[in-house]
Amino acid sequence: MIEYLNILGSEVYKILFLLLPILVSVAMVVWLDRRVWGLVQKRKGPNVVGPFGLLQTLADALKYIFKEIIIPASANKAVFILAPIVTMTLALVAWAVIPMSEKLVLSDINVGILYLFAVSSLGVYGIIMGGWASNSKYPFLGAIRSAAQMVSYEVSIGIIIINVLLCVGSLNLKDIVLAQKELWYVIPLFPMFVLFFISALAETNRPPFDLPEAEAELVAGYQTEYSGMMYAMFWLGEYANILLMCAMGSILFLGGWLPIIDIYPINLIPSPIWMILKILFLFFLFALIKAIVPRYRYDQLMRLGWKIFLPFSLIYLVLTASFLFYFDKLPKGNF
Amino acid sequence: MLFHSVFFYFFSVIAIFSSLMVITSRNTVNSVFFLILDFISVGCLFIMVGAEFLGMIILIVYVGAVAVLFLFVVMMLNVAEQKQSWFIGKKSTHIPIGLIVSVLILLELLVVVGGWKYKDDLMSSSTLILSDISNTHQLGLVMYTDYILYFQLAGIILLLSMIGAILLTFRKRTGVKKQSYFNQISRNPSSSIELRDVESNKGVKIDD
Repeated sequence: MIEYLNILGSEVYKILFLLLPILVSVAMVVWLDRRVWGLVQKRKGPNVVGPFGLLQTLADALKYIFKEIIIPASANKAVFILAPIVTMTLALVAWAVIPMSEKLVLSDINVGILYLFAVSSLGVYGIIMGGWASNSKYPFLGAIRSAAQMVSYEVSIGIIIINVLLCVGSLNLKDIVLAQKELWYVIPLFPMFVLFFISALAETNRPPFDLPEAEAELVAGYQTEYSGMMYAMFWLGEYANILLMCAMGSILFLGGWLPIIDIYPINLIPSPIWMILKILFLFFLFALIKAIVPRYRYDQLMRLGWKIFLPFSLIYLVLTASFLFYFDKLPKGNF
Repeated sequence: MLFHSVFFYFFSVIAIFSSLMVITSRNTVNSVFFLILDFISVGCLFIMVGAEFLGMIILIVYVGAVAVLFLFVVMMLNVAEQKQSWFIGKKSTHIPIGLIVSVLILLELLVVVGGWKYKDDLMSSSTLILSDISNTHQLGLVMYTDYILYFQLAGIILLLSMIGAILLTFRKRTGVKKQSYFNQISRNPSSSIELRDVESNKGVKIDD
């Protein structure tokens, strides 16, 4: 029994070691997001609290903690409270399989990419539950929009992932990164990278696809009735999801923890730093797009997902498969 | 082994409890949430027996897609009204059909449980299970080779049902303005702006 408890203890220790940096980096990334947004619009952005305003998010979090949590009288209380918890848990749970280097990964499972895909597809429940339990029209409209949007873009993300998997021949995230030692997949699969990036924007409800919380039409979408810490949890979960999508993009297309070129002074930089740099690069693009692109209309969004992305990624899938088959480059696998 | 059985009982208790709650809870949306919990715990059970691919697919397909659509439909329906027309008043046609379906499912379950006795024979007849390659690879090895016909048939059935569903909901509406992206982008000021002299009390017809 003591043995099992020891195993449990060391696992908990590892999980904490993973979760704390993620939560801190989420806070930092919110600051980065606002800073980039400010710079694009020739403002300063948050620059008062702490050096360069780095502690701004901490101050915001403190404010949220001390605010009152208001639960609407007609809300379904259990579901209402559960919704932000589900969002945040799912956003954090996915990080268990993200490899930061060849050794540094919490759980190295064989179906890593499927796990990531499954968890990100569950993310929609937090939003639907929040929207429905609020028992108010704007949250409900926002929830319905976001559910339709996330389900649609998951389809094209799935097919884009299949494109990469065809070249790798394994569902393991480590194998996916190691298969890119010669050439990052962003070069041969560049159109898929662009599609993945745009679908990731839609999947995480980021501008220009932030229709679930379009403030001009829906107040704040599914978060309208939330306040205090519960709102903050939605918000943290959202940013953790965005970081997760960036991590997924860098693993699938940008070679994960691999250095940019494998020569002497550059490959001295430890692998987690490379991974973090790539995630930050993708996040920087996310932040830029938030500032420079206007919001899509809903029917345009659906058209883009079903009539353009889906056929295009399917055609590219057939092309990739034919290319690999014709030149006999299909991964042989180790069996 | 201890941990393994603790987790097994944990997930199976959740699965049984939530499937009971699906049929007993008053609020339809709640029962869909319990259905989702049921799917998730069944997926976890699959992962525990080593069928990780199947477990993940259950999570992706059933929880990530099917249950979302379920939830949609249930949220849109006016549940209170439905209850009235189903159970109170006129004679219901749902009960006999429901009885037939549940008797069929019970018979199937009995056949499966009865066949459990011959599990060992069945296991030894399959060679792939005993080898040490991961079950995703195993599926990939047989899916497009030994079982190509069944796989393609299942795909065609799904495609047909999808086309059927689209056909049922498809309707042509007249008088709806649709945005044509090609026309919109290819417009230029010289062809789309014109000056007209307007006679008084006549007006001009625009937008034809």
